[in-house]
Amino acid sequence: MIAPNPAQSPAPGSHEPATAKKQFLADAAEHVRDTGHRAFVRKALGGYYTNRDAQKARYGDWEQARDAASLAKWSAVNRLDELLPRFVANFEANGGIVHWARDAAEARDIILGLLEQAGATAVIKSKCMTSEEIHLNAAMEAAGYGVVESDLGEFIQQLRGEPPYHFVFPCMHVRRDEISDLFKRHLGTPPTDSPEELTMIARRHMRRLYVEADVGITGANFLVAETGQISITENEGNARLTVALPRVHIAISGIEKVVERLDDLAVLLPMLATAGAGQPMTCYNTLYSGPRRAGERDGPEAMHLVLLDNSRTALLADAEQRDALQCIRCGACLNVCPIFKNVGGFTYGTTYQGPIGSVITPHLRGLANWNHLSGASSLCGACTDACPVRIDIHHHLLQNRRNAARTSPSWLERLGHRAFVFVARRPWLFAVGGWLFRKSLPLAKAVKPPPLSAWLATRDLPPAPRESFRAAWQRRRR
Amino acid sequence: MSGRTPAENAAARTAILARVREALRVPAPPPHFAGHATPADPGGRPGLTILPSEAGRPWLPDGGDTPEESLQILAANLAKLRAVFFRVPDLGAAADCLFAQARERDWQRVAWHDHPLVQGILSGVPSSTHQIDAAGAAFDKDALEACDAGITACECLVAQTGSILVSSDSCGGRALSILPHCHVVIATVDQVVPVLADALALVRERHPGTLPSMLSFITGPSRTGDIERILVLGAHGPKELIVILVG
Repeated sequence: MIAPNPAQSPAPGSHEPATAKKQFLADAAEHVRDTGHRAFVRKALGGYYTNRDAQKARYGDWEQARDAASLAKWSAVNRLDELLPRFVANFEANGGIVHWARDAAEARDIILGLLEQAGATAVIKSKCMTSEEIHLNAAMEAAGYGVVESDLGEFIQQLRGEPPYHFVFPCMHVRRDEISDLFKRHLGTPPTDSPEELTMIARRHMRRLYVEADVGITGANFLVAETGQISITENEGNARLTVALPRVHIAISGIEKVVERLDDLAVLLPMLATAGAGQPMTCYNTLYSGPRRAGERDGPEAMHLVLLDNSRTALLADAEQRDALQCIRCGACLNVCPIFKNVGGFTYGTTYQGPIGSVITPHLRGLANWNHLSGASSLCGACTDACPVRIDIHHHLLQNRRNAARTSPSWLERLGHRAFVFVARRPWLFAVGGWLFRKSLPLAKAVKPPPLSAWLATRDLPPAPRESFRAAWQRRRR
Repeated sequence: MSGRTPAENAAARTAILARVREALRVPAPPPHFAGHATPADPGGRPGLTILPSEAGRPWLPDGGDTPEESLQILAANLAKLRAVFFRVPDLGAAADCLFAQARERDWQRVAWHDHPLVQGILSGVPSSTHQIDAAGAAFDKDALEACDAGITACECLVAQTGSILVSSDSCGGRALSILPHCHVVIATVDQVVPVLADALALVRERHPGTLPSMLSFITGPSRTGDIERILVLGAHGPKELIVILVG
């Protein structure tokens, strides 16, 4: 199995732009050859299908429920100009404090400022992909703040010095014996091959940290405009503890997470759980509106929310692909993607892996350097079928390819197309070309000259037909 | 590195909202559906008044049409979630039930909060107890952390998903239902609602104006599948969820 060493396998975002594609191709080739790793990932995802289908069968009509979920998000994203201020007004009325961040650097500065203001000495964090996006942990460590990831998968990844492999199942690529070794090394615990015992080691390790931490950092899954609540979805209870015990709560969320009504969650919460992990509901779905109220005994004294743009408005401006902002980060498209299962999560080199990551990363970080992800698809459409909010994922990959071809066309492709047009308009030349092709194919397959070599390296071509289609047609008519 | 000034925050707000408005000037194509739902409100901005929760109900998992049906669905869901479920005729029986559970698990200390139902079964706790909201005492997280179990009331139970809705207002705050190793919920049968939308309607009715600072749908004991996607109960929250339903 490939165990990416942090020194060799850079964190997402640390790829040099010009090498992002090269790195992708190199990592993909390496992972594809690693059949052990592929089998392990497939096995880990095997139970997902069974559980998801069992849950889907409980829906009166899964397809109509998808329409409803999609429409709730679609209408929120398309009215963000109205709903975002409404959410913020209600959130502030509940006693929360909103901080606006145009980009990752601004978000990091805001959070470091809040930590300083809170006099933070110990920080506990629950799973938050937005914090991965802005590379918060590195910034906090550089500023001298210790931070502990409390989600089991994120904790394991933090100890390994790796980013998440899958944005919902962060350490699904790690074997239990590797986790046992990791815990032995970092926590001094005895080796075990029981997932249960390993989980209990993390549980025992973390318990005092919740009690002692003075700041808790979380993400947010939904921002409810009409009530000013933020909704957090999790299975382990670590986010609940992170928001219950420390003095200060800081939540980080993209601006696109807004929904209009509380009732929308009656559809979105079960669908998030079913699509993402095959559950009826995620174990804890918690709505927070502000810090501890007068008369409440526990909870934080202050609640901050960092609202992050970081190029989301660039995606919003693309009306054709705006629906990609409907994403509720369930991870269903990764779970069903044949490319993800073969190249693995690290190969993408992005915060958001898999099909949805391939759609949005070019918008968030530039099409020129990230268009190669649009090709990381077989266009089978499994992602689009799996999406609970009906994002047209695989068509967006095609649109990104088209947009890239428009803005920076490949001279080789253009030359090829021109040559084809020239030949195809002249039947005699077409016949000569076909003859040449049929005759030279065996030689081409043997020599593999570039650019054919890239195709032939991993694929074969059928033998050349003996005669052209036109000749065969004429012969049969006779 | 230190905090931003309000003016800097306001400038960022203005900039982001301006970008949002600018971005939305080009309308998106209507959502591409298989033709099931059509956006209402064709006059104004597109697709705004959709899915009143009543309309969506038949598409989602069933929550039962009668109270008895809902109870059956709830019990089945709780069993699948590996919660421990008891239905007892009265509070006295609930206290007996709690006693048996406490003995079996050898609880040394049990946390609770002031609520008529919780007080009604407290006599079933054979060990020492810790009231988290005792008058005059500050909230003590260390004392709570040392407890084996926490007993709370709940806002309601949702048959559709097997969820228990707790709030910071009437279910012992934020930590009691998540920090102790075992969470005991005491409720009455009339607190069972069919679907999630009913639960949301109920809390809004019960807390008009201002909702509690925390509302949490608890669906089974804490769990994780982070190690090889193998299910383990009791990741950080309670390893066990015991639901005692009276009536």
